[in-house]
Amino acid sequence: MTAGDWLSLAQGALTTVTLSIVAIAIGLPLGLALALVRWRGVRLASPCIAILVSLLRASPGVTLGLLIFFALPTIGISIGAIPAAIATLTLITGAFNCEIWRGALVDFPRDQLEAAQSVGMTAGMRLRLIVLPQILRSAMPALVNEMTLLVKASPAVAVLGVVDITRAAVRIGANTYEPLPPFSAALVIYSLVVFLFVLAQRLVERGQRRAAAA
Amino acid sequence: MIAQFGIVWDHRDLLIDGFLTTLWLSALSAVASIALGTVLAMALMSRRPLVARASGVLVDAMRCVPFLLFAYIVYYGLPSLGLRFSNWSSGLFALILYNTAYMAELVRGAWRGLPGEMIEAGHAFGFHGLGLVRRIILPPVIFAAIPMIGNQLIQIIKDSAFLTIIAVEELTHAATVIQATYFLPFASFITALLLYWVLCLCVEQLVRLVGARAELRR
Repeated sequence: MTAGDWLSLAQGALTTVTLSIVAIAIGLPLGLALALVRWRGVRLASPCIAILVSLLRASPGVTLGLLIFFALPTIGISIGAIPAAIATLTLITGAFNCEIWRGALVDFPRDQLEAAQSVGMTAGMRLRLIVLPQILRSAMPALVNEMTLLVKASPAVAVLGVVDITRAAVRIGANTYEPLPPFSAALVIYSLVVFLFVLAQRLVERGQRRAAAA
Repeated sequence: MIAQFGIVWDHRDLLIDGFLTTLWLSALSAVASIALGTVLAMALMSRRPLVARASGVLVDAMRCVPFLLFAYIVYYGLPSLGLRFSNWSSGLFALILYNTAYMAELVRGAWRGLPGEMIEAGHAFGFHGLGLVRRIILPPVIFAAIPMIGNQLIQIIKDSAFLTIIAVEELTHAATVIQATYFLPFASFITALLLYWVLCLCVEQLVRLVGARAELRR
Protein backbone atom coordinates (compact mmCIF):
# COMPACT_ATOMS: atom_id res chain seq x y z
CA MET A 1 0.00 0.00 0.00
CA THR A 2 1.27 3.47 -0.92
CA ALA A 3 1.14 6.64 1.16
CA GLY A 4 -1.84 7.74 -0.93
CA ASP A 5 -3.68 4.55 0.03
CA TRP A 6 -3.06 5.22 3.71
CA LEU A 7 -4.32 8.76 3.21
CA SER A 8 -7.57 7.56 1.65
CA LEU A 9 -8.04 5.05 4.49
CA ALA A 10 -7.52 7.90 6.97
CA GLN A 11 -10.09 10.01 5.10
CA GLY A 12 -12.49 7.06 5.23
CA ALA A 13 -11.89 6.79 8.96
CA LEU A 14 -12.63 10.48 9.36
CA THR A 15 -15.90 10.01 7.43
CA THR A 16 -16.93 7.00 9.55
CA VAL A 17 -16.15 8.78 12.81
CA THR A 18 -17.82 12.06 11.78
CA LEU A 19 -20.99 10.33 10.54
CA SER A 20 -21.15 8.22 13.71
CA ILE A 21 -20.62 11.18 16.04
CA VAL A 22 -23.23 13.33 14.26
CA ALA A 23 -25.73 10.42 14.33
CA ILE A 24 -25.03 9.84 18.04
CA ALA A 25 -25.28 13.56 18.86
CA ILE A 26 -28.74 13.75 17.23
CA GLY A 27 -29.82 10.21 18.10
CA LEU A 28 -29.27 10.47 21.88
CA PRO A 29 -31.66 13.41 22.52
CA LEU A 30 -34.05 12.10 19.82
CA GLY A 31 -34.23 8.74 21.59
CA LEU A 32 -34.73 10.46 24.94
CA ALA A 33 -37.56 12.62 23.56
CA LEU A 34 -39.30 9.58 22.06
CA ALA A 35 -38.81 7.63 25.30
CA LEU A 36 -40.28 10.48 27.36
CA VAL A 37 -43.36 10.62 25.14
CA ARG A 38 -43.81 6.88 25.61
CA TRP A 39 -43.12 7.09 29.35
CA ARG A 40 -45.76 9.78 29.77
CA GLY A 41 -48.14 7.60 27.73
CA VAL A 42 -49.18 10.51 25.48
CA ARG A 43 -52.33 9.40 23.67
CA LEU A 44 -51.94 8.58 19.95
CA ALA A 45 -48.24 9.61 19.88
CA SER A 46 -47.13 6.86 22.24
CA PRO A 47 -48.42 3.87 20.23
CA CYS A 48 -47.24 5.48 16.98
CA ILE A 49 -43.72 5.78 18.39
CA ALA A 50 -43.86 2.20 19.65
CA ILE A 51 -44.68 0.94 16.13
CA LEU A 52 -42.09 3.16 14.45
CA VAL A 53 -39.35 2.11 16.89
CA SER A 54 -40.20 -1.57 16.43
CA LEU A 55 -40.03 -1.18 12.65
CA LEU A 56 -36.76 0.76 12.74
CA ARG A 57 -35.16 -1.77 15.07
CA ALA A 58 -35.90 -4.48 12.51
CA SER A 59 -34.63 -2.39 9.56
CA PRO A 60 -31.26 -3.22 8.03
CA GLY A 61 -29.21 -0.05 7.54
CA VAL A 62 -28.67 -0.86 3.86
CA THR A 63 -32.40 -1.07 3.09
CA LEU A 64 -33.34 1.98 5.16
CA GLY A 65 -30.53 3.98 3.55
CA LEU A 66 -31.71 3.05 0.05
CA LEU A 67 -35.29 4.01 0.99
CA ILE A 68 -34.26 7.44 2.30
CA PHE A 69 -31.84 8.17 -0.53
CA PHE A 70 -34.13 7.15 -3.41
CA ALA A 71 -37.65 7.75 -2.05
CA LEU A 72 -37.32 11.24 -0.54
CA PRO A 73 -36.56 12.88 -3.93
CA THR A 74 -39.80 11.37 -5.36
CA ILE A 75 -41.81 13.42 -2.84
CA GLY A 76 -39.85 16.54 -3.75
CA ILE A 77 -37.15 16.49 -1.05
CA SER A 78 -33.74 16.35 -2.73
CA ILE A 79 -31.17 14.80 -0.46
CA GLY A 80 -27.45 14.23 -0.94
CA ALA A 81 -25.60 11.04 -0.03
CA ILE A 82 -24.07 12.43 3.17
CA PRO A 83 -27.35 13.82 4.65
CA ALA A 84 -29.08 10.57 3.66
CA ALA A 85 -26.33 8.60 5.43
CA ILE A 86 -26.68 10.75 8.56
CA ALA A 87 -30.48 10.41 8.50
CA THR A 88 -30.20 6.62 8.18
CA LEU A 89 -27.74 6.19 11.03
CA THR A 90 -29.60 8.70 13.23
CA LEU A 91 -32.96 6.94 12.80
CA ILE A 92 -31.43 3.55 13.57
CA THR A 93 -29.51 4.64 16.64
CA GLY A 94 -32.38 6.88 17.79
CA ALA A 95 -34.74 3.88 17.80
CA PHE A 96 -32.36 1.75 19.83
CA ASN A 97 -31.60 4.66 22.19
CA CYS A 98 -35.34 5.16 22.70
CA GLU A 99 -35.63 1.60 24.02
CA ILE A 100 -32.58 2.05 26.28
CA TRP A 101 -33.84 5.35 27.74
CA ARG A 102 -37.30 3.88 28.17
CA GLY A 103 -35.88 0.90 30.06
CA ALA A 104 -34.10 3.28 32.43
CA LEU A 105 -37.26 5.39 32.86
CA VAL A 106 -39.46 2.37 33.55
CA ASP A 107 -37.04 1.21 36.26
CA PHE A 108 -36.96 4.66 37.85
CA PRO A 109 -38.28 4.51 41.45
CA ARG A 110 -41.71 6.09 41.68
CA ASP A 111 -41.32 7.23 45.31
CA GLN A 112 -38.59 9.69 44.30
CA LEU A 113 -40.98 11.37 41.87
CA GLU A 114 -43.67 11.58 44.54
CA ALA A 115 -41.16 12.99 47.02
CA ALA A 116 -40.09 15.63 44.48
CA GLN A 117 -43.75 16.47 43.83
CA SER A 118 -44.42 16.80 47.54
CA VAL A 119 -41.74 19.49 47.90
CA GLY A 120 -43.40 21.43 45.10
CA MET A 121 -41.15 20.72 42.13
CA THR A 122 -42.71 21.29 38.72
CA ALA A 123 -42.69 18.53 36.09
CA GLY A 124 -39.77 20.18 34.28
CA MET A 125 -37.74 20.49 37.46
CA ARG A 126 -38.44 16.87 38.42
CA LEU A 127 -37.21 15.75 35.03
CA ARG A 128 -34.13 17.95 34.96
CA LEU A 129 -32.99 17.68 38.59
CA ILE A 130 -34.19 14.24 39.72
CA VAL A 131 -34.81 11.92 36.76
CA LEU A 132 -32.23 12.84 34.11
CA PRO A 133 -29.05 12.72 36.23
CA GLN A 134 -29.95 9.27 37.48
CA ILE A 135 -31.13 7.63 34.27
CA LEU A 136 -28.10 9.05 32.49
CA ARG A 137 -25.96 6.99 34.83
CA SER A 138 -28.03 3.80 34.65
CA ALA A 139 -28.42 3.96 30.86
CA MET A 140 -24.78 4.82 30.12
CA PRO A 141 -23.35 1.29 29.63
CA ALA A 142 -26.16 0.30 27.26
CA LEU A 143 -25.88 3.62 25.38
CA VAL A 144 -22.14 3.19 24.82
CA ASN A 145 -22.75 -0.39 23.70
CA GLU A 146 -25.25 0.96 21.16
CA MET A 147 -22.64 3.49 19.96
CA THR A 148 -20.20 0.67 19.16
CA LEU A 149 -23.05 -1.19 17.39
CA LEU A 150 -23.68 1.97 15.34
CA VAL A 151 -20.02 2.13 14.28
CA LYS A 152 -20.34 -1.49 13.14
CA ALA A 153 -23.58 -0.71 11.27
CA SER A 154 -22.10 2.40 9.61
CA PRO A 155 -20.63 0.63 6.51
CA ALA A 156 -24.26 0.43 5.32
CA VAL A 157 -23.79 3.98 3.98
CA ALA A 158 -21.47 2.53 1.33
CA VAL A 159 -24.56 1.68 -0.78
CA LEU A 160 -25.24 5.41 -1.03
CA GLY A 161 -21.74 6.00 -2.42
CA VAL A 162 -20.30 7.47 0.77
CA VAL A 163 -16.63 6.50 1.09
CA ASP A 164 -16.14 5.27 4.65
CA ILE A 165 -13.35 3.01 5.97
CA THR A 166 -14.80 -0.15 4.42
CA ARG A 167 -15.40 1.40 1.02
CA ALA A 168 -11.94 3.02 1.00
CA ALA A 169 -10.39 -0.39 1.74
CA VAL A 170 -12.39 -2.03 -1.07
CA ARG A 171 -11.23 0.63 -3.54
CA ILE A 172 -7.59 0.18 -2.59
CA GLY A 173 -7.96 -3.59 -2.90
CA ALA A 174 -9.51 -3.21 -6.35
CA ASN A 175 -6.66 -0.97 -7.52
CA THR A 176 -3.77 -3.00 -6.13
CA TYR A 177 -5.28 -6.50 -6.65
CA GLU A 178 -4.18 -7.21 -3.09
CA PRO A 179 -7.30 -6.88 -0.95
CA LEU A 180 -5.95 -8.32 2.29
CA PRO A 181 -3.53 -5.52 3.37
CA PRO A 182 -6.15 -2.70 3.16
CA PHE A 183 -8.76 -4.94 4.81
CA SER A 184 -6.38 -5.72 7.67
CA ALA A 185 -5.63 -2.01 8.08
CA ALA A 186 -9.38 -1.27 8.09
CA LEU A 187 -9.89 -3.95 10.72
CA VAL A 188 -7.30 -2.30 12.99
CA ILE A 189 -8.88 1.14 12.47
CA TYR A 190 -12.37 -0.13 13.40
CA SER A 191 -10.96 -1.85 16.50
CA LEU A 192 -9.35 1.44 17.51
CA VAL A 193 -12.59 3.38 17.02
CA VAL A 194 -14.61 0.85 19.02
CA PHE A 195 -11.91 0.83 21.70
CA LEU A 196 -12.04 4.65 21.92
CA PHE A 197 -15.77 4.52 22.68
CA VAL A 198 -15.23 1.93 25.42
CA LEU A 199 -12.37 4.02 26.82
CA ALA A 200 -14.54 7.16 26.82
CA GLN A 201 -17.22 5.23 28.72
CA ARG A 202 -14.69 4.15 31.36
CA LEU A 203 -13.48 7.73 31.80
CA VAL A 204 -17.03 9.06 32.15
CA GLU A 205 -17.90 6.33 34.66
CA ARG A 206 -14.78 7.07 36.70
CA GLY A 207 -15.68 10.78 36.70
CA GLN A 208 -19.21 9.94 37.85
CA ARG A 209 -17.92 7.73 40.65
CA ARG A 210 -15.55 10.46 41.77
CA ALA A 211 -18.36 13.02 41.69
CA ALA A 212 -20.58 10.68 43.70
CA ALA A 213 -17.84 10.11 46.28
CA ALA A 214 -17.03 13.81 46.66
CA MET B 1 -49.10 5.51 -4.62
CA ILE B 2 -51.49 2.53 -4.61
CA ALA B 3 -50.59 1.93 -8.26
CA GLN B 4 -46.92 1.74 -7.27
CA PHE B 5 -47.63 -0.99 -4.74
CA GLY B 6 -49.67 -2.67 -7.49
CA ILE B 7 -46.57 -2.90 -9.69
CA VAL B 8 -44.57 -4.27 -6.77
CA TRP B 9 -47.36 -6.83 -6.23
CA ASP B 10 -47.09 -7.86 -9.90
CA HIS B 11 -43.45 -8.70 -9.26
CA ARG B 12 -44.05 -10.45 -5.97
CA ASP B 13 -42.26 -13.59 -7.19
CA LEU B 14 -38.97 -11.61 -7.16
CA LEU B 15 -39.59 -10.40 -3.63
CA ILE B 16 -40.71 -13.83 -2.46
CA ASP B 17 -37.53 -15.38 -3.88
CA GLY B 18 -35.46 -12.71 -2.13
CA PHE B 19 -37.40 -13.17 1.10
CA LEU B 20 -36.87 -16.93 1.00
CA THR B 21 -33.14 -16.44 0.34
CA THR B 22 -32.90 -14.09 3.34
CA LEU B 23 -34.89 -16.57 5.45
CA TRP B 24 -32.80 -19.53 4.33
CA LEU B 25 -29.45 -17.72 4.80
CA SER B 26 -30.50 -16.52 8.26
CA ALA B 27 -31.85 -19.88 9.37
CA LEU B 28 -28.80 -21.84 8.20
CA SER B 29 -26.35 -19.42 9.75
CA ALA B 30 -28.39 -19.25 12.99
CA VAL B 31 -28.30 -23.03 13.47
CA ALA B 32 -24.65 -23.37 12.47
CA SER B 33 -23.43 -20.39 14.50
CA ILE B 34 -25.28 -21.51 17.65
CA ALA B 35 -23.72 -24.98 17.34
CA LEU B 36 -20.22 -23.71 16.54
CA GLY B 37 -20.53 -20.90 19.07
CA THR B 38 -21.30 -23.42 21.81
CA VAL B 39 -18.15 -25.34 20.91
CA LEU B 40 -16.16 -22.09 20.87
CA ALA B 41 -17.63 -21.18 24.27
CA MET B 42 -16.19 -24.44 25.63
CA ALA B 43 -12.78 -23.30 24.36
CA LEU B 44 -13.33 -19.88 25.99
CA MET B 45 -14.12 -21.58 29.32
CA SER B 46 -11.23 -24.04 28.93
CA ARG B 47 -8.97 -24.51 31.95
CA ARG B 48 -5.94 -24.51 29.65
CA PRO B 49 -4.86 -20.86 29.63
CA LEU B 50 -3.46 -20.99 26.11
CA VAL B 51 -6.75 -22.28 24.60
CA ALA B 52 -8.83 -19.79 26.58
CA ARG B 53 -6.52 -16.88 25.71
CA ALA B 54 -6.32 -17.69 21.99
CA SER B 55 -10.07 -18.15 21.55
CA GLY B 56 -10.67 -14.99 23.60
CA VAL B 57 -8.51 -12.92 21.25
CA LEU B 58 -10.31 -14.40 18.23
CA VAL B 59 -13.75 -13.57 19.64
CA ASP B 60 -12.75 -10.03 20.70
CA ALA B 61 -11.22 -9.31 17.28
CA MET B 62 -14.37 -10.52 15.52
CA ARG B 63 -16.55 -8.33 17.74
CA CYS B 64 -14.65 -5.21 16.62
CA VAL B 65 -15.19 -5.80 12.87
CA PRO B 66 -18.30 -4.58 11.05
CA PHE B 67 -20.03 -7.45 9.27
CA LEU B 68 -19.64 -5.89 5.81
CA LEU B 69 -15.85 -5.68 6.18
CA PHE B 70 -15.75 -9.29 7.35
CA ALA B 71 -17.93 -10.38 4.41
CA TYR B 72 -15.50 -8.63 2.06
CA ILE B 73 -12.54 -10.36 3.72
CA VAL B 74 -14.21 -13.73 3.18
CA TYR B 75 -15.36 -12.86 -0.35
CA TYR B 76 -11.97 -11.58 -1.56
CA GLY B 77 -9.72 -13.39 0.88
CA LEU B 78 -10.80 -16.98 0.31
CA PRO B 79 -9.96 -16.99 -3.43
CA SER B 80 -6.42 -15.83 -2.61
CA LEU B 81 -6.16 -18.92 -0.38
CA GLY B 82 -7.16 -20.98 -3.44
CA LEU B 83 -10.76 -21.56 -2.29
CA ARG B 84 -13.50 -20.58 -4.76
CA PHE B 85 -17.07 -20.20 -3.60
CA SER B 86 -20.19 -18.74 -5.16
CA ASN B 87 -21.41 -15.39 -3.80
CA TRP B 88 -24.18 -17.20 -1.98
CA SER B 89 -21.88 -19.63 -0.19
CA SER B 90 -19.26 -17.05 0.71
CA GLY B 91 -22.07 -14.88 2.11
CA LEU B 92 -23.38 -17.79 4.14
CA PHE B 93 -19.86 -18.68 5.25
CA ALA B 94 -19.24 -15.09 6.41
CA LEU B 95 -22.55 -14.98 8.33
CA ILE B 96 -21.77 -18.27 10.09
CA LEU B 97 -18.17 -17.43 11.07
CA TYR B 98 -19.03 -13.89 12.18
CA ASN B 99 -21.95 -14.91 14.35
CA THR B 100 -20.14 -17.89 15.84
CA ALA B 101 -17.99 -15.40 17.77
CA TYR B 102 -21.06 -13.49 19.03
CA MET B 103 -22.92 -16.66 20.00
CA ALA B 104 -19.81 -17.94 21.83
CA GLU B 105 -19.65 -14.70 23.81
CA LEU B 106 -23.36 -14.96 24.74
CA VAL B 107 -23.01 -18.58 25.83
CA ARG B 108 -19.92 -17.72 27.83
CA GLY B 109 -21.78 -14.90 29.58
CA ALA B 110 -24.54 -17.30 30.65
CA TRP B 111 -21.96 -19.96 31.61
CA ARG B 112 -20.20 -17.49 33.93
CA GLY B 113 -23.51 -16.90 35.70
CA LEU B 114 -24.02 -20.60 36.39
CA PRO B 115 -23.86 -21.35 40.15
CA GLY B 116 -20.75 -23.37 41.13
CA GLU B 117 -22.82 -25.77 43.24
CA MET B 118 -24.41 -27.17 40.13
CA ILE B 119 -21.05 -28.17 38.67
CA GLU B 120 -19.94 -29.59 42.03
CA ALA B 121 -23.15 -31.62 42.25
CA GLY B 122 -22.39 -32.92 38.74
CA HIS B 123 -18.93 -33.96 39.91
CA ALA B 124 -20.47 -35.68 42.93
CA PHE B 125 -22.68 -37.73 40.62
CA GLY B 126 -19.63 -38.83 38.66
CA PHE B 127 -19.99 -36.51 35.67
CA HIS B 128 -16.78 -35.13 34.25
CA GLY B 129 -15.30 -33.80 31.01
CA LEU B 130 -17.60 -33.61 28.01
CA GLY B 131 -20.39 -35.51 29.77
CA LEU B 132 -20.46 -32.87 32.50
CA VAL B 133 -20.57 -30.07 29.93
CA ARG B 134 -23.25 -31.69 27.80
CA ARG B 135 -25.60 -33.01 30.50
CA ILE B 136 -25.13 -30.60 33.43
CA ILE B 137 -23.71 -27.31 32.20
CA LEU B 138 -25.07 -26.63 28.71
CA PRO B 139 -28.85 -27.16 29.25
CA PRO B 140 -29.27 -24.37 31.86
CA VAL B 141 -26.68 -22.20 30.09
CA ILE B 142 -28.45 -22.32 26.73
CA PHE B 143 -31.78 -21.77 28.47
CA ALA B 144 -30.44 -18.65 30.21
CA ALA B 145 -28.96 -17.39 26.95
CA ILE B 146 -32.18 -17.77 24.88
CA PRO B 147 -33.27 -14.09 25.03
CA MET B 148 -29.79 -12.89 24.05
CA ILE B 149 -29.58 -15.48 21.27
CA GLY B 150 -32.95 -14.19 20.04
CA ASN B 151 -31.51 -10.65 19.78
CA GLN B 152 -28.55 -12.01 17.84
CA LEU B 153 -30.90 -13.84 15.44
CA ILE B 154 -32.46 -10.48 14.58
CA GLN B 155 -28.96 -9.08 14.09
CA ILE B 156 -28.25 -11.96 11.65
CA ILE B 157 -31.35 -11.13 9.61
CA LYS B 158 -30.34 -7.46 9.45
CA ASP B 159 -26.71 -8.25 8.65
CA SER B 160 -27.79 -10.50 5.78
CA ALA B 161 -28.93 -7.33 3.97
CA PHE B 162 -25.26 -6.34 3.62
CA LEU B 163 -24.82 -9.33 1.32
CA THR B 164 -26.65 -7.41 -1.41
CA ILE B 165 -23.36 -5.53 -1.82
CA ILE B 166 -21.57 -8.73 -2.85
CA ALA B 167 -24.51 -9.50 -5.19
CA VAL B 168 -26.26 -12.18 -3.16
CA GLU B 169 -29.86 -12.17 -4.39
CA GLU B 170 -31.60 -11.65 -1.04
CA LEU B 171 -34.54 -9.44 -0.09
CA THR B 172 -32.85 -6.02 -0.34
CA HIS B 173 -31.35 -7.07 -3.67
CA ALA B 174 -34.81 -7.98 -4.99
CA ALA B 175 -36.16 -4.59 -3.88
CA THR B 176 -33.23 -2.86 -5.60
CA VAL B 177 -33.95 -4.74 -8.83
CA ILE B 178 -37.62 -3.67 -8.81
CA GLN B 179 -36.69 -0.09 -7.96
CA ALA B 180 -34.05 0.02 -10.71
CA THR B 181 -36.39 -1.37 -13.37
CA TYR B 182 -39.60 0.56 -12.64
CA PHE B 183 -38.27 3.41 -10.49
CA LEU B 184 -40.51 2.71 -7.52
CA PRO B 185 -38.16 3.47 -4.63
CA PHE B 186 -40.82 4.07 -2.03
CA ALA B 187 -43.06 1.09 -2.68
CA SER B 188 -40.27 -1.44 -3.21
CA PHE B 189 -38.09 -0.53 -0.22
CA ILE B 190 -41.04 -0.05 2.15
CA THR B 191 -42.27 -3.51 1.15
CA ALA B 192 -38.82 -4.94 1.85
CA LEU B 193 -38.63 -3.20 5.25
CA LEU B 194 -42.09 -4.50 6.18
CA LEU B 195 -41.02 -8.03 5.25
CA TYR B 196 -37.90 -7.69 7.45
CA TRP B 197 -40.14 -6.41 10.23
CA VAL B 198 -42.52 -9.38 9.93
CA LEU B 199 -39.56 -11.76 9.98
CA CYS B 200 -38.09 -10.14 13.10
CA LEU B 201 -41.46 -10.11 14.89
CA CYS B 202 -41.84 -13.83 14.09
CA VAL B 203 -38.37 -14.53 15.51
CA GLU B 204 -39.22 -12.57 18.67
CA GLN B 205 -42.44 -14.56 19.09
CA LEU B 206 -40.65 -17.85 18.43
CA VAL B 207 -37.96 -17.03 20.99
CA ARG B 208 -40.67 -16.18 23.52
CA LEU B 209 -42.44 -19.52 22.86
CA VAL B 210 -39.20 -21.52 23.13
CA GLY B 211 -38.33 -19.68 26.35
CA ALA B 212 -41.77 -20.44 27.85
CA ARG B 213 -41.46 -24.08 26.75
CA ALA B 214 -38.01 -24.41 28.34
CA GLU B 215 -39.35 -22.80 31.54
CA LEU B 216 -42.11 -25.44 31.68
CA ARG B 217 -39.71 -28.32 31.24
CA ARG B 218 -37.43 -27.11 34.00
